[in-house]
Amino acid sequence: MTIALETQNLEKQFGGLRVTRDLSLKVEQGARHALIGPNGAGKTTVINQLTGVLKPNSGRILLEGQDITDLPVHKRVLRGLSRTFQINQLYPDLTPLETIGLAVSERLGHGGDWWRRMGTRNDVNGEIADLLSRFHLLDVMNEATVTLPYGKQRLLEIAVAIAAKPRVLLLDEPAAGVPESERHDILAVVGSLPRDVTVLLIEHDMDLVFSFADRISVLVSGALLTEGPPEEVARDPQVKAVYLGEEAVDV
Amino acid sequence: MSTASDVGYHAQRQARWHYGEIAFWLIVLACGFAFPSRYLIMTDILRLALFAMSLDLILGYAGIVSLGHAAFFGVGAYAAGLLALHGIVKEPVLALIVAGLAAMVLGFATSFLVIRGVDLTRLMVTLGIALLLEALAERFSNITGGTDGLQGIEMQPIFGEIPFDMFGKTGFFYSLAVLFLLFLLARRVVHSPFGLSLRAIKNNPLRAAAIGIPVNRRLIAIYTLAAFYAGIAGALFTQTTAIASLDVFAMERSADLMLVLVIGGTGYLYGGLIGAVIFRMLQELFSTITPQYWQFWIGLVLVVIVLVGRQRLHRWVLYVPNLIIRQIAGRKAIVAVPESDS
Repeated sequence: MTIALETQNLEKQFGGLRVTRDLSLKVEQGARHALIGPNGAGKTTVINQLTGVLKPNSGRILLEGQDITDLPVHKRVLRGLSRTFQINQLYPDLTPLETIGLAVSERLGHGGDWWRRMGTRNDVNGEIADLLSRFHLLDVMNEATVTLPYGKQRLLEIAVAIAAKPRVLLLDEPAAGVPESERHDILAVVGSLPRDVTVLLIEHDMDLVFSFADRISVLVSGALLTEGPPEEVARDPQVKAVYLGEEAVDV
Repeated sequence: MSTASDVGYHAQRQARWHYGEIAFWLIVLACGFAFPSRYLIMTDILRLALFAMSLDLILGYAGIVSLGHAAFFGVGAYAAGLLALHGIVKEPVLALIVAGLAAMVLGFATSFLVIRGVDLTRLMVTLGIALLLEALAERFSNITGGTDGLQGIEMQPIFGEIPFDMFGKTGFFYSLAVLFLLFLLARRVVHSPFGLSLRAIKNNPLRAAAIGIPVNRRLIAIYTLAAFYAGIAGALFTQTTAIASLDVFAMERSADLMLVLVIGGTGYLYGGLIGAVIFRMLQELFSTITPQYWQFWIGLVLVVIVLVGRQRLHRWVLYVPNLIIRQIAGRKAIVAVPESDS
């Protein structure tokens, strides 16, 4: 099996606090891999290092065997690594049409084009139309993002990440904050991602994790506690103690 | 109708010319014929409009605040003055472009300082650069004429054909032509994928980078272009007034520009143009009423604008026209001025 995304001895400290401890993670090509862990385990910090928002203190990050540890954020995207954010990161004043159009244009290398008008390239238009309809955004494509209901914004958040045509997609709590009535759309979209896209899912919702993932890594205090197929992880007494135990207390 | 062509149609929605825009430019052109005795003030407004449009490109589209935009205006002004004074480039249009390029080079060089940091840092860095240049211009008085400025500039005819006249008619139409051409270019740029990416960066730089936009490169590009525009505005100043003095670098000039954009609004290109007209007219009005305290009234107007909000003001201003039109045509007036997004 080829490895799509890999970290080698990743280490990140904020002052004296070690938020990522010697983390070596392998995500296989085409996997549905989930990264779980209790609050404050450092999951989002890992994502931020994978995408280049944060620089690790030491260790390496490999995307399809290539070292991307020192690449800036936008270059990793062009290499096929894209993400969604736990809290929507959208453009409040832009419409879904513009938001997706921009992502598609950038991927096709038209982003720096300062002469040709938006909307005059048929290949870009076709892709935008396709994404808008796949994500149920056609009816609101001309409305400012800030005016959209939260569920629609969440769909747009995922659509933007997909528009980059990633080979590895990082989903940071895709269903977070979405009302029950709109959850189905999000889950359907996540479930229908093509199999050749490798997905690393970060999630709190255990139902979603166990229905979606074929492999689970458990992160505790920045270090890898265990890793394996869902059934194995669910049975692991350590995981029960640290993670599921905590959940049981919550309930 | 296929969805793709539908998307293309909507994507170009804002890039299409609206009737209001055509009317706007026709009115500006008509002013040139209607008020032949007012060429000087009207030329002054055109220069200010071009200068404000330059700031709008970085502030309204890319979200870069600047308190030192006069740096580029000043470089353009002195460059045009020196070129004409020493007869290096005699033809005004060519000299205008060279002066703009000089400002552009400075813009490119300083953009690396400006794109770092947040708003406050940017305000201080831009202000500092303008002050620095003002001091340099004063220090090297053998080149710049120091506090006396450049004197004895004589402008050659445009294209060797059209001489500048003492009433400023040539100056007005020359400035208008330059403003219109640069407006067309800016309009093209802001409706391109590049222009859209600037708005994305202004809205959310984190997400912009996360879809593959090279944020810094884009900011450097637009800052450099805006510097070119400001340099052209400065060069127009020298060419149409035949003077260049230290006050082209003055902080008031940069600050006035912010006021112009507060009045006119940012992010739709016309803000600088409309703001320049209103700002200069208010200045004229208040200085005739109270020559000493006109700044008080300008200040008051600004506070009211910021507190009330521009969109509400537009509604109020159009209240009476709406009433009349509704009586006649049974429908609402169309707002000729596009609403800004701020």
